[in-house]
Amino acid sequence: MVAELVDYIMSNKILLGISKGVVVGLFIILYASLMVLFLTWVERKVAARIHVRYGPNRTGPYGLLQPLADGAKLIQKEDIIPYAADRLIFTLAPVFAFAFAVLPFAAMPLADGLILADLNVALLYIIALASLSIIPVIMAGWASNNKYSLLGAMRAAALNLSYEIPLVLSIMGVVLVVGSLNVFDIVKYQTEYIFGIIPKWIIILQPLGFFVFFVASIAEMSRIPFDMPESESELIAGFHTEYSGMKFAMLLFAEYIHMVFGSMLAVLLFFGGWHLPGLGYVLSFLENFLSGFAYTVVKWAIQFGVIVAKALAIMFVLMWIRMTLPRARLHSIPTFYWKYLLPLALINLGITAVAVAVVG
Amino acid sequence: MKYNIEGLEVEEKDGEMILNMGPHHPSTHGVCRLVLKLEGERAKEIIPVIGYLHRGVEKICENRTYPQIIPITDRMDYLSAMNNNLVYCLAVEELMGIEVPERANYLRIIAAELQRIASHLIFIATFGADFGSWTIMMYGFREREMVLDLLEEMSGARFLYSYMRIGGVKRDVSEKFVEQCKKTLNIIEKRLVDYENYINENEILLDRLQGVAKVSAKEAINLGLTGPNLRASGVAYDIRKVDPYCIYDRFDFDIVTRKEGDVYARVMVRIDEIKESIRIVRQALRELPDGEIRAKVPKVIKPPAGEVYARVESPRGELAVYLISDGKSDKPYRIKFRTPAFANLAAFPHFNKNLLIPDLLLSFASIDIVMGDIDR
Amino acid sequence: MEEDKIINQLKEKFGEKILDAKIQRARRVVITINRDDIYEVCKYLYENGYEYLSCISAVDYEDRFESVYHIFNAKTRVLVQIKAIIPKDDPKIKSVYSIWKAADWFEREAYDMMGIVYEGHPDLRRILLPHDFKGFPLRKDFKLTPAQWFEKKG
Repeated sequence: MVAELVDYIMSNKILLGISKGVVVGLFIILYASLMVLFLTWVERKVAARIHVRYGPNRTGPYGLLQPLADGAKLIQKEDIIPYAADRLIFTLAPVFAFAFAVLPFAAMPLADGLILADLNVALLYIIALASLSIIPVIMAGWASNNKYSLLGAMRAAALNLSYEIPLVLSIMGVVLVVGSLNVFDIVKYQTEYIFGIIPKWIIILQPLGFFVFFVASIAEMSRIPFDMPESESELIAGFHTEYSGMKFAMLLFAEYIHMVFGSMLAVLLFFGGWHLPGLGYVLSFLENFLSGFAYTVVKWAIQFGVIVAKALAIMFVLMWIRMTLPRARLHSIPTFYWKYLLPLALINLGITAVAVAVVG
Repeated sequence: MKYNIEGLEVEEKDGEMILNMGPHHPSTHGVCRLVLKLEGERAKEIIPVIGYLHRGVEKICENRTYPQIIPITDRMDYLSAMNNNLVYCLAVEELMGIEVPERANYLRIIAAELQRIASHLIFIATFGADFGSWTIMMYGFREREMVLDLLEEMSGARFLYSYMRIGGVKRDVSEKFVEQCKKTLNIIEKRLVDYENYINENEILLDRLQGVAKVSAKEAINLGLTGPNLRASGVAYDIRKVDPYCIYDRFDFDIVTRKEGDVYARVMVRIDEIKESIRIVRQALRELPDGEIRAKVPKVIKPPAGEVYARVESPRGELAVYLISDGKSDKPYRIKFRTPAFANLAAFPHFNKNLLIPDLLLSFASIDIVMGDIDR
Repeated sequence: MEEDKIINQLKEKFGEKILDAKIQRARRVVITINRDDIYEVCKYLYENGYEYLSCISAVDYEDRFESVYHIFNAKTRVLVQIKAIIPKDDPKIKSVYSIWKAADWFEREAYDMMGIVYEGHPDLRRILLPHDFKGFPLRKDFKLTPAQWFEKKG
């Protein structure tokens, strides 16, 4: 019975496509969710250490089960939809937020050859989806029918314009250097060495570009110092003031997935992806013992581990910034982006273009 | 659309939005309600609505005997309970002509100044939460905890002390306390440098604080601002100096002032005031005399007919009590508390017109209100 | 002596209008006037360095109300306490809001608690109690029972 079903699916092209999509989608969601769960724990621990306190340490070893406990708590919460809210949009907003946050992962390689959709224009797809993340925020803010939510959503919309442009321009620098929009090509480019010793990571070629990218992506993740849409001491919780239970959890998830996504993208574009000096020797050494499928799995695991480790390092810097800096002044942020960051991004692009033209 | 805000008709025109900030809002420090008339995010009009914590302290006091009132004063400005105790006891003592023993006077000053340190530390902590830095909040509470330990050692309570008595103080302190106090002050003095660095070497924070919600010296006096808020505008007005009470005239300390009159100045004045308070406590510890801690007072306190206006410098400003005794009963005829936060909040709408919400909330935090003090 | 000086000044300027003037202790001067003269006396003090309005309180005596003003001069360090006598049957007095903006809430509180109407105040509403509260709780004839119930409004 089962075998027949599998045969039937394998023989039908459309069904095969759908089932592949389902499996792949589930994998992304699982992967992103696990990352997020771990990340919430890391963030709480790091915050606690910087605050001179302990952080969660009761649920499981080192409080590692705290995210699960939080999840269990949130599931039990009553799911409140305000009386005057726009029910449909109010319910759809967290779904969209989660979907838009997860979708870019489809075009992001997790290891050499391990990718769910190998697109030629992967970067374009990723940027386009990242820009969409503003829409659920506005949906949530509008549908809640709460003045604070609306203010938060409007802030997000207003600031979105100012940080998207430098963000994209800084990525264009990378694209110019590599000459491809495919993330595989970008990582492959970085596996080479300058003078045979220094890894050719793009951060060495594009330090200014990375700075612009990093600052703009903090705003993209809406974290302190640019957490205007939800600044808790001003707008209570901004666009998710009225949300509770699992809807709230999904919005929160989406936010952390943005963080995972942002740091993964930084690793892939600027820090050589899965490349680590000396890793090549280890892999070729392993190739002697393992063969075929087993080798591929081990290789993927190691490379994926490298990406995650690098991403975690970037996330740690993000948390550090959050714990150290205060929230920036609302009307200084557009000024900062338009007057300083955008010119910087343009200068970077100009220098890169000239350099690429001269060097070839 | 028209709204009725506690009897006041407010009209919402096109392009405006009436926003109720509070009584439940993370940044209104209790149950203060600010009704803002917004144009975009700019507050065109601010209407504070208070009274959510009104317990009728003045009415309750008219039905209590004089010693019974001391614990009630604790509950007005719960972050500076010592100063509340002090002003009330000073008033009753002045009415009855009681001389307070030397040691009690010194202990009172130590208690009041430690309380000032604790209160300013909690100000810095909550202010940190308001501008989005939870780290500063944790730091502030860590230091405050040490001061609370000292106050606990003195009075036996951590929050609502009722330490002052009519004619003296409740308990004596030991040698151990003096040593512990000196140690704690040293630690706090060192850590204050961290606070200063955090504020002065942080471009983002300076950008938020400097030049926001300015108030000139003349305006500040006319608006009735007192305490650090007034001194931040450059007015050297400190009850401890201009109208000395207890034995403050014996101590060597400066009135901290700043010229700017903005949020930044209000924060820095408080940090500098902690240093002055440390100076006073050190002097008091050094000169702490031996002797009685309570004067001989009658069993039933029944002051002669008369009235008295006693005032002290509480961490929030000028705290005064207007006490009238009819000479016939052991209960006051009328007692009126002039509380600093009440006057400061009254002044708030006048110098915060046309600010964005984030700036408005920072300015609101910087005047350091305590709702218990306002509503009484 | 600064205390004598201000008393003499006031007596010279207002003559009979100062019903009583005495020095309570160092830095404390108490003067009594009628309610009609409060604005002029306050204005005069304000122009003569008494810039700080410390407090406005209202007191209910058996035969009269009093609106009590504490005004401080930081230079001479004298705190003048002005007691303005208000008749029981007509509790009205001129507001000093146009001199000190600080008077705003003090007068509202005195109105709220004691029912004294400050004429010329821009926004004389109840401040601590709900706006539909009946009676003035700090008056000696206020009945504490039965308790009042309030509608949910505004």
